[in-house]
Amino acid sequence: MSALSFTTSPRRRRTDAVMRGVLLAATLVALVPLVLVIYMLISKGIGAWSWSFFTTDPTGSFLGDPGGIKSAIVGTVAMVLLATVIAVPVGVGVALYLTEFGGGSWFSKAVRYFVDVLTGVPSIVFGLFIYITLVIGHGGFAGWKGSIALALLMLPVVTRSAEVVLLLVPNGLREAALALGAPRWRVVARVVLPTALPGLVTGVLLALARAAGETAPLLFTAVAANATTLNFGGRMNSLPLQIFNDVQQAQDRLVQRAWGAALTLVVMILLTTLIARLASRRSTT
Amino acid sequence: MDLSSTEDRSGKRAATQIPAAPAAAGSSPLAAAAGAAARTSSHEVTTPAPQVNVEGLRSWYGEQQAVRGVDLRFAANAVTAIIGPSGCGKSTLLRCINRMHEEIPGARAEGRVTLDGLDVYAKESDVVAVRRAIGMVFQKPNPFPTMSIFDNVAAGLKLTGTRGVDLRDRVEQALRGAGLWEEVKDRLGRQGIGLSGGQQQRLCIARAIAVEPRVVLMDEPCSALDPIATLRIEELIGELRANYTIVIVTHNMQQAARVADTTAFMLAGELIEHTATEQLFTNPADERTEQYVTGKFG
Repeated sequence: MSALSFTTSPRRRRTDAVMRGVLLAATLVALVPLVLVIYMLISKGIGAWSWSFFTTDPTGSFLGDPGGIKSAIVGTVAMVLLATVIAVPVGVGVALYLTEFGGGSWFSKAVRYFVDVLTGVPSIVFGLFIYITLVIGHGGFAGWKGSIALALLMLPVVTRSAEVVLLLVPNGLREAALALGAPRWRVVARVVLPTALPGLVTGVLLALARAAGETAPLLFTAVAANATTLNFGGRMNSLPLQIFNDVQQAQDRLVQRAWGAALTLVVMILLTTLIARLASRRSTT
Repeated sequence: MDLSSTEDRSGKRAATQIPAAPAAAGSSPLAAAAGAAARTSSHEVTTPAPQVNVEGLRSWYGEQQAVRGVDLRFAANAVTAIIGPSGCGKSTLLRCINRMHEEIPGARAEGRVTLDGLDVYAKESDVVAVRRAIGMVFQKPNPFPTMSIFDNVAAGLKLTGTRGVDLRDRVEQALRGAGLWEEVKDRLGRQGIGLSGGQQQRLCIARAIAVEPRVVLMDEPCSALDPIATLRIEELIGELRANYTIVIVTHNMQQAARVADTTAFMLAGELIEHTATEQLFTNPADERTEQYVTGKFG
């Protein structure tokens, strides 16, 4: 046995320095595209921003003023909200079934497996599914069909995040409530759900943020329109589709509008995620 | 007392007759225990509580049997302690009394549990009504984290949908009963989880007695508490005898000696001995009891 010593060998110190350097380099490389994307977005998009950019609809004319993106913002918010209203009760309901009632039955295992599979389904598949089942021969494109496509996309995300959060609720709380003589549904409604609420909100907002940026599910369900509308029965504009259409145009002003819309979308999603963060922070205190 | 309905028990509780204690102490240890309980529980009885009888109780977790046929009589308005080494089935037995055992997936129980003759496991007995009559305090204090002190105590009444009760009145009564009123009366709106461990456990006791159960089960209620908080809870248990039949599972033999009128010793899912606490600790009938209480194992 060697003499007791608290100094490290130079070789070990060197290895430590090299490894730190490698990890730092990897982090910096990963940051490059991220910073570039944000830089491009801001430098190209901010120029398009103006009061009228947010308050006028696209004119649809190739010459003269192309108009703003009001209908796209309103359409995205409206369709995503409707999708949330559809996806959240179903998603949280499935999660509640899995955690509170299903137990370890084969059925709940199967459901959990299919939810996992759904999470991995490409978003265009949901768009196609709605296109085939609801659009063709059923009155054509409509905002509510876009919402359903988005809801399908959100559903597995909401379910999975809700299940995780519900499992975090200490079992002792359920037992305490049951031992007081509370029926199970009241235990769920008055104890489990309120305890899990901040986490549930976070999960929903993250799913919502993801849905807001999706183009594929809307491409052949809600399509695009120029006028601002809250009529879910007709075509509806949205930010991703506005970007998608504008970028393909030959005119610089339209491409410029695409950048402005992209920046708007990113800022909206950023705000949503920020609120989600705040909600989850509240849960830890 | 009616275990068959989920109707509100908002009114005054019906007076329940305590069955007369067995006159002659027979040769069975059960009868002797009941006799001992009748002698030792000479304290004042404010609200008569029911006697709890367990007959031929067996219970399983999946394939594994935890309780192997136990007959036990818990005297009315008395404190009965159940002691024994870890895994002897004492907590399982306790959870079978208010049918919390069946909440664990794969768990089941057989046998009879009666409150003044009323069968807890009868077909027409509603599990929700059973639990309302038999309160429970857990090992770890578990106040509801989203609720204030007031709402925690009122939770049982709200969760059971009890109407026509003056909540403020009942909450104060329960907090006084749990010896917590003076400490929290000025901050009833604060979070329950902001209290100290001992206060939280007394809050949980207040929550349990606010629904006016007849029996209170305690599953190692002091194992997560410091000695001073433990002492407070033990004093409280002594006071609660006046209104409830109390069954306490404990790891701590000194605690059983301090609080219990009678003590039952369990080993490997079986009841070894149930007798007056003093007798169990000083002059047990069974050799295994003697070995356990003198610290030879466990």
